[in-house]
Amino acid sequence: MIRLIGVEKKFGDQPVLQGIDLSIPVGKLTTIIGGSGSGKSVLLKHMIGLLQPDRGEVWVGDVEISRLSGMRLNDVRKRFAMLFQGAALFDSLSVFENVAFPLREKLRMKGPAVTRRVEEKLEEVGLAGMGHKFPAELSGGMRKRAGLARALVMEPEIILFDEPTTGLDPLLAKSIHDLIVTMQRRFGFTGVMVSHEIPEIFAISDWVAMLQNGKIVLMATAAEFQRTTDPEIHEFISVGGTVALPGSLVG
Amino acid sequence: MTNVIEQLGAWAIIRVREMGRMLLFLLSAFAWLVRPPFRFYQIIKQLHFIGYKSTFVVVLTAGFTGMVLALQGYYSLRKFGSEGLLGSAVALSMIRELGPVLAALMVTARAGSAMTAEIGIMRITEQIDALDTMAINPLQYLIAPKLVAGVIGVPLLVAIFDVVGIYGGYLVGVDLLGVSEGAYWNSIQSAVEWKDVYGGILKSISFGVIVSWVCSYKGFYTRHSAEGLGRATTEAVVLSSVLILVWDYFLTSVLL
Repeated sequence: MIRLIGVEKKFGDQPVLQGIDLSIPVGKLTTIIGGSGSGKSVLLKHMIGLLQPDRGEVWVGDVEISRLSGMRLNDVRKRFAMLFQGAALFDSLSVFENVAFPLREKLRMKGPAVTRRVEEKLEEVGLAGMGHKFPAELSGGMRKRAGLARALVMEPEIILFDEPTTGLDPLLAKSIHDLIVTMQRRFGFTGVMVSHEIPEIFAISDWVAMLQNGKIVLMATAAEFQRTTDPEIHEFISVGGTVALPGSLVG
Repeated sequence: MTNVIEQLGAWAIIRVREMGRMLLFLLSAFAWLVRPPFRFYQIIKQLHFIGYKSTFVVVLTAGFTGMVLALQGYYSLRKFGSEGLLGSAVALSMIRELGPVLAALMVTARAGSAMTAEIGIMRITEQIDALDTMAINPLQYLIAPKLVAGVIGVPLLVAIFDVVGIYGGYLVGVDLLGVSEGAYWNSIQSAVEWKDVYGGILKSISFGVIVSWVCSYKGFYTRHSAEGLGRATTEAVVLSSVLILVWDYFLTSVLL
């Protein structure tokens, strides 16, 4: 569904992406790992057209989006939702209004239909009865949950997660990971997650891609990652602890 | 020497590019303004913020400006025995020049700076990116309503400024300094023409665009740091104020 071909991106003189070739499997959860500042978030933002590559192509389905703008890009974006690092909730709106926002603004929905759908999503992410609160009144974990509810409410085909557990303690991080996996299994969307939560991500991801020196050096299942003989990759994934097998963290 | 020329050239290229980007920003926002969906609630919200919430500071500034104008005008006109013309002096200064300029500067200071900070924080916390990912154009959702609110709100504030200023002049000229009430109003009636009012309205509309445009732009392209946001806010207020004064000169020279 999402394909990147030879994507290159520089910021000033600094090359960040240096020829990315990547295909994201449909209906699966793919996680992109890599060191801090390796360009994981930059890569993710290329997939939804928030950044445009200096060279290369970005395909979403059968549309090449790297040179699109305006209404045509918006048409492609309707298939997406994104959960940002800080959740990016609109701080002038309550949690309920945040989740209702895409329904009201995009689908022009009104009245009880909005209320029903928003409350359903809030319940799914464990925020039932919290709709009246404002983002500033929420903890980090609750904000991520609200952000996830907002991402899910439009029932998109693809959801991008930009470091969804950054700044959370291990227990909260695990609960957010569990929630993402549960939702992915239930709704079957194509998920792309950027994370440095190793080894946890091996337990929840169907596929893992590693970004190093501006290139995807390996894309494989978690089990295949463990069998890698590349010393640099092995060192990177071993730092977080013993590499976990799929299913060892999430039952 | 070559180095100096190089640096100068680089500086000039950056400035020209920035100006081009600013102009494109304005044109794109206007282009998105005329495309559905039309967000009337957003426009009302921005009108409330830019217009209604600036009323107090505009009334205060207008009152004292009118009062000091009357004070200064009275002592100048008395030398020629023309105190009776005080009303026209105050009214013409207010309607043609001080009303639009001072009201726009006050709106820049109060609403413009807040506009930059608000949009800048939305940029830093990725709220603008979030709008993009929801296929909602930020220029249409965030900026266009502010431009409309500036175009409607600033002229209304200027009208209030003019009226309050003229009454401020009346208070000092007639009640304190003893100018005849009839002479004050008569001189206004005979001196102020439609052309003066029209010029003031034209100025205030263009100032409304400048404030919303510059302050939104600086917030929209703020750098991702607290320092960057502080700098953007300062730049917005300074650039908007300078542009108002420069544009005022050009417009006045055309209108006269």
